[in-house]
Amino acid sequence: MNELLRRLFFLPEQGSTFAVKVDHLHYVLLLTTFAVAVGIGAVGIFFLVRYRRRTASDPTPRVVAPVWLEALFIGVPLSLFLLWFVLGFKQFVWVMSPPQDALDVYVTGKQWMWKFTYPGGPSAIDTLVVPAGRPVRLLLTSRDVIHSFYVPDFRMKRDAVPGRYTDLWFEAPKPGRHPVLCAEYCGLDHSVMRGEVVVLPPADFDAWQDAQRRNLPVARTPESMAVRGERVAAAQGCLQCHTVTGAPHIGPTWLGLYGRKEPLEGGGAVLADEAYLTESMMDPLAKVVAGYAPVMPGYHSRLSAEDTGALVEFIKSLRPLRPGVTAAEEPVYVPTGR
Amino acid sequence: MFPPAAESYLTDGRTVWSWLTTHDHKRIGVMFLGLTLFFFLVGGLFALALRIELLTPGRTIMGHLAYNRMFTLHGVTMVWLFMIPAIPSAFGNFLVPLMIGARDVAFPRLNLASVYLYVLGASVTLWGMFEGGADTGWTFYTPYSTTTGTAVLPVLVGVFIIGFSTILTGLNFIATVHTLRAPGLTWMKLPLFVWAIYGTSIIQVLATPVLGMVLLLVALERVVGAGIFDPARGGDPLLFQHLFWFYSHPAVYIMVLPSMGVISEAVCAFSRKNAFSYRMIVYSTLGIAFVGFFTWGHHMFTSGQSTFGAGAFGAMSMLVAIFTAIKIFSWLGTLYRGSIAIESPLLYTLGFMFFLFFGGMIGVAYATTSLNLHWHDTYSVVAHFHFIMVGATVMAFLGALHYWFPKMSGRRAPAKLANGAAVLIIFGFIATFVPQFLLGNLGMPRRYADYPPHFQSLHVASTAGASLLAFGFLIIAGYLAWSLRYGEVAGDNPWGSEGFEWRSASPPPTHNFTTTPEYPTGPHEYAREEVPHAA
Repeated sequence: MNELLRRLFFLPEQGSTFAVKVDHLHYVLLLTTFAVAVGIGAVGIFFLVRYRRRTASDPTPRVVAPVWLEALFIGVPLSLFLLWFVLGFKQFVWVMSPPQDALDVYVTGKQWMWKFTYPGGPSAIDTLVVPAGRPVRLLLTSRDVIHSFYVPDFRMKRDAVPGRYTDLWFEAPKPGRHPVLCAEYCGLDHSVMRGEVVVLPPADFDAWQDAQRRNLPVARTPESMAVRGERVAAAQGCLQCHTVTGAPHIGPTWLGLYGRKEPLEGGGAVLADEAYLTESMMDPLAKVVAGYAPVMPGYHSRLSAEDTGALVEFIKSLRPLRPGVTAAEEPVYVPTGR
Repeated sequence: MFPPAAESYLTDGRTVWSWLTTHDHKRIGVMFLGLTLFFFLVGGLFALALRIELLTPGRTIMGHLAYNRMFTLHGVTMVWLFMIPAIPSAFGNFLVPLMIGARDVAFPRLNLASVYLYVLGASVTLWGMFEGGADTGWTFYTPYSTTTGTAVLPVLVGVFIIGFSTILTGLNFIATVHTLRAPGLTWMKLPLFVWAIYGTSIIQVLATPVLGMVLLLVALERVVGAGIFDPARGGDPLLFQHLFWFYSHPAVYIMVLPSMGVISEAVCAFSRKNAFSYRMIVYSTLGIAFVGFFTWGHHMFTSGQSTFGAGAFGAMSMLVAIFTAIKIFSWLGTLYRGSIAIESPLLYTLGFMFFLFFGGMIGVAYATTSLNLHWHDTYSVVAHFHFIMVGATVMAFLGALHYWFPKMSGRRAPAKLANGAAVLIIFGFIATFVPQFLLGNLGMPRRYADYPPHFQSLHVASTAGASLLAFGFLIIAGYLAWSLRYGEVAGDNPWGSEGFEWRSASPPPTHNFTTTPEYPTGPHEYAREEVPHAA
């Protein structure tokens, strides 16, 4: 049934766990629409035939809708629409909240290509390789204009906006290949800004990642994003104000900053996630942590999208160790519940 | 050229100068009709070029840059030079004073000024088109629009000027409906077309200044590098989208509300019935005008706005859909126990109702938020808004053109030819835009000059439909032009309509009425006996 309807509505392959869910809602809505459309059409045609004009002066009665019928016309569609909204919005909230064990990949759009960077290295152009059966979270930004990362098989897209991070997650249950398209008009070659998601069995994915790291020439051994971030932090002078040891200085320490709830100057609090960390580099005075002077300059024109991502990864890697606990290989993502 | 017997607004001064300096709302309406029809032709030719380019993947007749300019010009022309002024400025100007028993609009000189502002704005936009042509899409999204090297500035300035024309027309209608209604014509006796134009005018006056402001900001950004939308200077590119859609979502209702007014008139006139629920149509018109201002975020579900924000905008969008659903039920109910005449305006009305329903339901599906993640910025959206803009508004525009052609010209179009053309237009429309829904489902993004080959068959079907549509429009243009001179003389009320505008002669004299009309009942009261409900 699922397969029949999918083909009937020209929907592409269901390449993610979300695609299956959302397609079912799609079927319910479209079939209801068709049913009501047929009903309206039938009533319309019946009226047209039954009440067609026979003479130029046919008498017609004055008919006014009674209140109960008006209430019915308002009540039935309203309850149907609200029911659909509740069903749809539940899916939306689910798909906007990445699970905790997701694999992070940084995505940078630029005219007219996609760059994918793995926190532990390497990076790739236009081809995103991910493991099957594991949630993957993409952190998207753009180097120039707005792009939109769109995978029809995943029923999913998210805009890549310059100067900020947006995120998107998916889980592809089966190995396979899925085209990536740009869905936000971005200029001359917008229509050929294409890529591909390659989903590998988990073992093959690990082997692929190892091979990628091994096969690169020594001079280009990919440094992990966190290592690059440390280098950027030193070069840009971040560490003159922010410590990595836990001691407060001119700015808040970076140790354990990621995922912490920070009280704000002027009331309120903010969760230090990727979006907040990026905003604080680009527009530091927008949300100042309580107790610190608003003295940080904006780094908008000074940090490339890659460097920004690397700094975020560096901050994420700085977690206080409890005695007896060894550091994990990769930064742990804390669900933001946004 | 026109029936010479009676004195009418057409014979009161025959020189070009008498038209250029006229304060007569009817002449101004006719001028707007001519101008908007011209730009409908221009925008239609752009559309045809786009459809031909999309016949094959890769290059068919133009490269990427030409294609990108072409869809921008198609959008700008159709939205601001045709859709927005088409029904309010052309038919609204002609009919509102006639429908409320007035001599003219409240500010006749301002009315003439709005024609000239429109011509000025359109000229600047046209000049921009020939001067290199903007390639931003009609939405002008930043930061692309502030960085592209094409001639965006003249198009921004042109649309800015046209905005003033829209505001003046809106102000004029609001003042007219409030102050110039004939004695005894109370608010709840107003024709539904007047209500629709009144609701539209409120949106025009409230929303258009925001468009003017945001276009100026983009212009400032381009000329002096203001940095308001530029992230590299601490600006926010998404701020543009919020401001733009704060205007452009209500603008959708500027385009569709007047067409609902046309349908409310036509459905009553051609079934000889009073509106099934007059007050539901009135309140839903005002409801759309109001709630339409709180739904703009549904254009931005994938932009990274907060999940809560998306939910709020989704729920508000469902409410707007309810108002539309109410109207469809009321129109359908009006046909019940009527005396239905199969004339071209009624055929367009039926097409309108079906396409508005179908396009509207897809809009409801978008408002569930989760489904939008797949459909957003694909051909599904293209099909959806063409269902509303062409399937609803253009159908209503054609219906209005046929319904009021005798009122404006005093002559009738050949009925059989008109019916045939209406059927052709309806089927051409289905053939053009249903494949685009399927393209959207398949995942074809919009604004693509080139596409992967598996989308081709649906594109070919859509282009075939578009040529059918073009053929239909050609036929209509042909017989309407012919009818202006040779059509059967209509008489004052060829349709036997009880709409108030038919109480004056057709074509009307310059001062509309020879005696002050009286309004003991509302419009379209055909019956003598009262049947309280649909028993």
